[in-house]
Amino acid sequence: MHAAPEKTMTAISTHDRFGPFGGRYVPETLIPALDELDSAFDSAMADAEFVRTVDEMLSTYVGRPSPLSDAPRLSEQVGTSVFLKREDLNHTGAHKINNTVGQALLAMRMGKRRIIAETGAGQHGVATATVCARFGLDCTVYMGEEDIRRQSLNVYRMKLMGAKVVPVSSGTKTLKDATSEAIRDWVTNVNDSYYIIGSVVGPAPYPRMVREFQSVIGREAREQMLNRTGKLPTAVVACVGGGSNAMGIFHPFEDDRDVKLIGVEAAGHGLESGEHSASLLRGKPGVLHGTLSYLLQDGDGQVHPAHSISAGLDYPGVGPEHAWLKDSGRAEYVAVTDEDALRGFATLSRLEGIIPALETSHAIAWVIDNASRWIKSDSVLICVSGRGDKDMAQIAEMGFLDR
Amino acid sequence: MASTLAIISSNKIDQRFALLRATRRKALVCYVTSGYPSEDQCLELLRGLETEGADIIEIGVPFSDPIADGPVIQDSSQKALAAGMTLEKTLDIVSRADLTVPVVLFTYLNPLLAAGPDVLERASAAGVDGILLTDLPVGADPDREKWLGDSDLAFIRLVAPTTPVDRMREIALNGSGFVYLISRLGVTGAQSSLASDLRETSDRLRSATDLPICVGFGISNGEQARAAASAADGVVVGSALVKAAGESIDKALSLTRSLRTALDS
Ligand SMILES: Cc1ncc(COP(=O)(O)O)c(C=O)c1O
Repeated sequence: MHAAPEKTMTAISTHDRFGPFGGRYVPETLIPALDELDSAFDSAMADAEFVRTVDEMLSTYVGRPSPLSDAPRLSEQVGTSVFLKREDLNHTGAHKINNTVGQALLAMRMGKRRIIAETGAGQHGVATATVCARFGLDCTVYMGEEDIRRQSLNVYRMKLMGAKVVPVSSGTKTLKDATSEAIRDWVTNVNDSYYIIGSVVGPAPYPRMVREFQSVIGREAREQMLNRTGKLPTAVVACVGGGSNAMGIFHPFEDDRDVKLIGVEAAGHGLESGEHSASLLRGKPGVLHGTLSYLLQDGDGQVHPAHSISAGLDYPGVGPEHAWLKDSGRAEYVAVTDEDALRGFATLSRLEGIIPALETSHAIAWVIDNASRWIKSDSVLICVSGRGDKDMAQIAEMGFLDR
Repeated sequence: MASTLAIISSNKIDQRFALLRATRRKALVCYVTSGYPSEDQCLELLRGLETEGADIIEIGVPFSDPIADGPVIQDSSQKALAAGMTLEKTLDIVSRADLTVPVVLFTYLNPLLAAGPDVLERASAAGVDGILLTDLPVGADPDREKWLGDSDLAFIRLVAPTTPVDRMREIALNGSGFVYLISRLGVTGAQSSLASDLRETSDRLRSATDLPICVGFGISNGEQARAAASAADGVVVGSALVKAAGESIDKALSLTRSLRTALDS
């Protein structure tokens, strides 16, 4: 690693760290709030009543458990059994709501009624606006101007549910800058506001907390696979932006050492083009938004803008637990270009009647393009993190059907 | 005891506070964004600040994602970065400015880490006397904090209005030079009034440390500077100076003059 001093690369995971990654690199003002959040989260999770309330919301409002679909025509093309964990069927159309339900209930338990969130694709913003409407909480969502343009439908949805959407015009005008602006709001209003981070990023305890709220994906999928096939999958594949749907489906399989965990990053215009979002494959360890993890950056430690066709993967950092899963060798990380993701998008739509989000399409495309890795008796579990409705305007604008 | 130590300290920041104490004056700490408005003007500004009576100069190494900064410093950082400013070039500017007053490098952790393990020695050799990192709170990363604490640079730590008094003590014990007291919740940026609980927070901090205390965030004119200084050993003025410098160096220097006059009156 390039960061000084070398000896800090210890491999011990602590409460705040995943190996050497994670931590709390934030302005002093936030430290007492993070301490408070850390203990509030632990005490909530130890409280059977809180856990029951989360589960009930997930079942009666989100629609969990989400189904596990087999994918007969895709399986035939790939030459192995492919199963799809259908997070696209959740209320609001993506996995993001698993986390916002948990965090909103935690915020209320902590007596906070003003919610702040950042959003990229708008999925996390919508999921936050949704639970805020449901619980009567005040909601402010920061969103980059570039993303507001790319995901106008989600902006409309958030506003319809009563959220205030604040455009962010600094820096790259995308998720990275929206996150910075949300942190600034939190530093300013820390006494009465709760910041719902949308992925397994940010300072501790967020990466651990978001993973716990998303782990319902993997817990259900593991049981569904066992019930359906009588065995565990050969591989679990998920797209990685900040990494929350991937952590959520990976985590319950982590101790199943024979199950391969594969995270698919966005290769954008290609890994060699410099225009991608492959933090794990092409980044170096560094500190952004309160956490030490792999980071796209230049030689001076300035954050390098990310690129992806999908706004939800367009982030130069990645959750610190993924950094550790990579370095410890437990998970493998790969990448898929914009072009290939579009093919994955079209393929799943045509073969299975499921229109995936562009983010998810990266995972689909990787499985299709790596058919030679599997034999017929294998089974591959893909996390369908979201549905593609939000991407229709962008896809139509590209003249996709005419190509 | 603290003042005896300060007199024999070889660090220019300690020496400056010893002098201020002896002459019963308050410290004027001025922040500039490195390379803003341009490299040459920044150099001119640094020298001018010294002439106009700044006691300590903080030079901000711009970072692409300044989460602790408000719009003015964000904007100056983006412009400086776009014009190619780096930590290495900042050290070069400091070295060329050849100031008598102490200089504090003000930045975020990532650009510092990227500069390699010998960056602290190189900074010291260039004439930097202290370092302040907005995103490395006490206890966040003991190994890297030790690396900073063991260097020749004063390691300036921040205290916030939210910091409990026990933690204030820990922060002061793990810092040197002075303690930077953030005047209010929020990011850097000029405000029309000071936080109402500033006096209370600074009294708590005073009970926790003998280190000099400088109050910053939001101070934009002489009147505010005087009021804030009455609760501390000095004030830090940042966004107001950067904003003025964006208009002209003369404006920034005349603001400095009025701050000095207000603090000394
Ligand atoms: C459908 C969908 N999948 C994936 C992601 C990427 O986030 P993460 O890596 O945290 O799952 C997003 C983010 O907005 C998304 O909307």
